[in-house]
Amino acid sequence: MMFVVAIVAVLVSMALALARALKGPSVYDRILSVNTFGTLTVILISVHGFFTGRPEFLDLALVYALINFIGTIAVTKFVTFSGMGYPAKREGRGDI
Amino acid sequence: MEQILDLLSWVAIVSGGVLCLIGGYGLIKLPDMYTRMHGAGLIDTLGIGLILVGLMFQAGFTLVLAKLIMILIFIFFTSPTATHALARAALNGGLKPQVEDDGVVLPIDRPQSKPMKPIVSSEKEAESSKT
Repeated sequence: MMFVVAIVAVLVSMALALARALKGPSVYDRILSVNTFGTLTVILISVHGFFTGRPEFLDLALVYALINFIGTIAVTKFVTFSGMGYPAKREGRGDI
Repeated sequence: MEQILDLLSWVAIVSGGVLCLIGGYGLIKLPDMYTRMHGAGLIDTLGIGLILVGLMFQAGFTLVLAKLIMILIFIFFTSPTATHALARAALNGGLKPQVEDDGVVLPIDRPQSKPMKPIVSSEKEAESSKT
């Protein structure tokens, strides 16, 4: 029963984050919301594993957390530098 | 013992879920991108952390507990890093934070990337404007 409460709260919060991602005025709002959405997905996978009695789903949650972090950093760098391969040569901007 | 663990789990999971909802509401209602980061940070730290602690009470001393601790530590390290990189990118990309006008010069407002004026031509222009 407690897992159902957690799943409902996480799903509602995911819907709010998705609404901000669709509505967000700037691209940084969307990146922030998608990052939050991914973090909430990690929790959703974990709680779902406990809910169905198979906590092996935690491996998926761990991998999803890794991919979420890498993806957020990559998209942020792509938006900032208009490419993935540039070092921090341009003055006043710096790397991520 | 079982009921005590269940009670602790209930408390942690319900407060974590409430904090997740508050963070999601903040993502919708806060006025600025930099303030919305506060809502996202609320979800990333206490919402996630309390729900994971509630799951830890249900796990017991098994491998599942180790995996939960690994997820918790990983999210605690990566989430501030991602938020910091995002704030830096937004500041470099020219997104101005909403502030009240109290005379504080933000780093984004400093004229650092303007090309320097050619002095000679401006003096000539000044002389020409005088005459």
